[in-house]
Amino acid sequence: MSTQITEEIPEAATVPPPGAAPKAVHGHRRLLTRRDRLTLGLMAGLPTILHIALVWVTALASIALAFTTWDGIGFDSIQWVGLQNFKELFEQNPQFWPAVQHNVIWFAVLIVIPTPLGLFLAVQLDKKIRFSRVYQTAFFLPVVMSMAVIGFVWQLIYNPDTGLINSVIGANEPGKYIDWIGDPDLNLWAILIAASWRHAGYMMILYLAGLKGVDPSLREASALDGASEWQTFKNVIFPTLRPTNTVVLVVTIIEALRAFDLVYVFNGGAEGTELLSILVTSNIIGESSRIGYGSAIAVVLLLISLVVIVPYLVATFRKERRA
Amino acid sequence: MSTLALKKPKTPIRPARILLHLFLAGAALAWLAPLLWAVYAAMRPYAETSEKGYVSWPDTLNFDNFTNAFTQSDMTHYFVNTLIIAVPAVLLTLFLSSMVAFYVSRFDFRLNLALLLVFTAGNLLPQQVIITPLYRLYLLIDLPGITMSGKLYDSALGLVLIHVAFQSGFCAFVLSNYMRTLPHELTEAALVDGASVWRMYWQIVLPLCRPAMAALATLLSIWIYNDFFWALVLISTGENMPITSALNNLTGTYFTDPNLVAAGALLTAIPTLIVYFVLQRQFVSGLTLGANKG
Repeated sequence: MSTQITEEIPEAATVPPPGAAPKAVHGHRRLLTRRDRLTLGLMAGLPTILHIALVWVTALASIALAFTTWDGIGFDSIQWVGLQNFKELFEQNPQFWPAVQHNVIWFAVLIVIPTPLGLFLAVQLDKKIRFSRVYQTAFFLPVVMSMAVIGFVWQLIYNPDTGLINSVIGANEPGKYIDWIGDPDLNLWAILIAASWRHAGYMMILYLAGLKGVDPSLREASALDGASEWQTFKNVIFPTLRPTNTVVLVVTIIEALRAFDLVYVFNGGAEGTELLSILVTSNIIGESSRIGYGSAIAVVLLLISLVVIVPYLVATFRKERRA
Repeated sequence: MSTLALKKPKTPIRPARILLHLFLAGAALAWLAPLLWAVYAAMRPYAETSEKGYVSWPDTLNFDNFTNAFTQSDMTHYFVNTLIIAVPAVLLTLFLSSMVAFYVSRFDFRLNLALLLVFTAGNLLPQQVIITPLYRLYLLIDLPGITMSGKLYDSALGLVLIHVAFQSGFCAFVLSNYMRTLPHELTEAALVDGASVWRMYWQIVLPLCRPAMAALATLLSIWIYNDFFWALVLISTGENMPITSALNNLTGTYFTDPNLVAAGALLTAIPTLIVYFVLQRQFVSGLTLGANKG
């Protein structure tokens, strides 16, 4: 084995050949020594074991535990109860259906308000204007911050007696309070404003990247044909953003299902802001440790997620195989 | 408007552009308003705001709340906790996921696609789907002498492991796509010349992946730094918490006034903001590397 080769090869690689990437090494497999095979096995094996053990085994364990009751102390107390957890969840838990509903509302709001707003901002920022970077940074800053920090920042705005809104509208005195965080009719919407604030910046970046990939000649041709800006966007640009739209949809659904930090910091998921993720967690870190019951909620969350994840991955990987 | 622009293409200032700038500047300012409000609140003493109200002209503006939040709550300690978790987690995630990506993208084994699918799908699951058994598992695993708690639960090691396991799904996918664009002649030639598989990975493929690795490293640092959920559930001792979840405890135990909370929250956000401002390009390209996979 010569050192010469390894020095020369990276040089050559800086100029990749045009056209599609060639197929993976196939005929050379027999060139692999036993040691190489062992190395490869370890290289792929160790990360896979870690990932499967902590992510997939636990996901499957959630499914199994959902059909049992367990106080978490010792294995002998695990008892098979069939569908009882689900029955109790669907019929008796007063928080379950509101939580499902809130997760749906969460998604609907994110897709209807911040997503088009992010697209609109991206289209404006894509016009090769000056200070584009400065504007971009302003809109994007919330995305870099932790959801927990965002929760604290927005509490300064919603707090009944010291918050910005009530101070401005004069509702910051006892008797006049508008309780943005505590009122079950208001708190979900108050939190969703904070969530949308962050989401719009995220969507803007995704759409900006999508718009950069649009062939400029399309735009020129459309301008030559005398199309207005709106017509060009609607008939030429937007259709080419289809892959980005798919990603945006998947990202938004997953964000809506994962929503947790903001609500937890705001009011711990009290009345009016229940979410599936909050219900699962409160079964672990709350006083009661009802493992089976918490797992049943997790399974509901898992099933909803899979409805999105599976078709998305099938489509993505089908494309991959063709490539 | 468009005909006007066509007739006089040299007009330096067009009304539409000014309008656009006015709109964007206004929108950007409105966007930053919550943060600016937090900065304003954090810079005023509590005594003053409780007397004059929050919406009022300031008599004093200073950084006392920031220094108080920092010293009173021992934030350095929590920042160090975060470092102890985030640095190994980022490095390990990149190392492990690049090996998987190398395997999947450079060799044509039968299970490649399935393997990649397992990783990618795992990363898309909501964390709460796996937390209950994970929590029990962490309580079961005894590590006497290795972690302070004697278990995987309530230890930095436990957090590092779940971050690595969870995030490697995303990174393996992105890196395998990136590696697939590298010409195959490279590794083929090396193989024919008898280079070992490890050498191909370490000396040929990995150096070429530097741009993707940098983008992912930035993204991972910010994500892992910002983590709230894993630490909340898998760490029980306040002392052991990383900064973002510690903030939640601090507001209850140390901070009695909202101005101090504002200062503490802003201090917590500073490291991510610095990373973002310094590595903006990497961060954005990292996000879109992953997102444009559709």
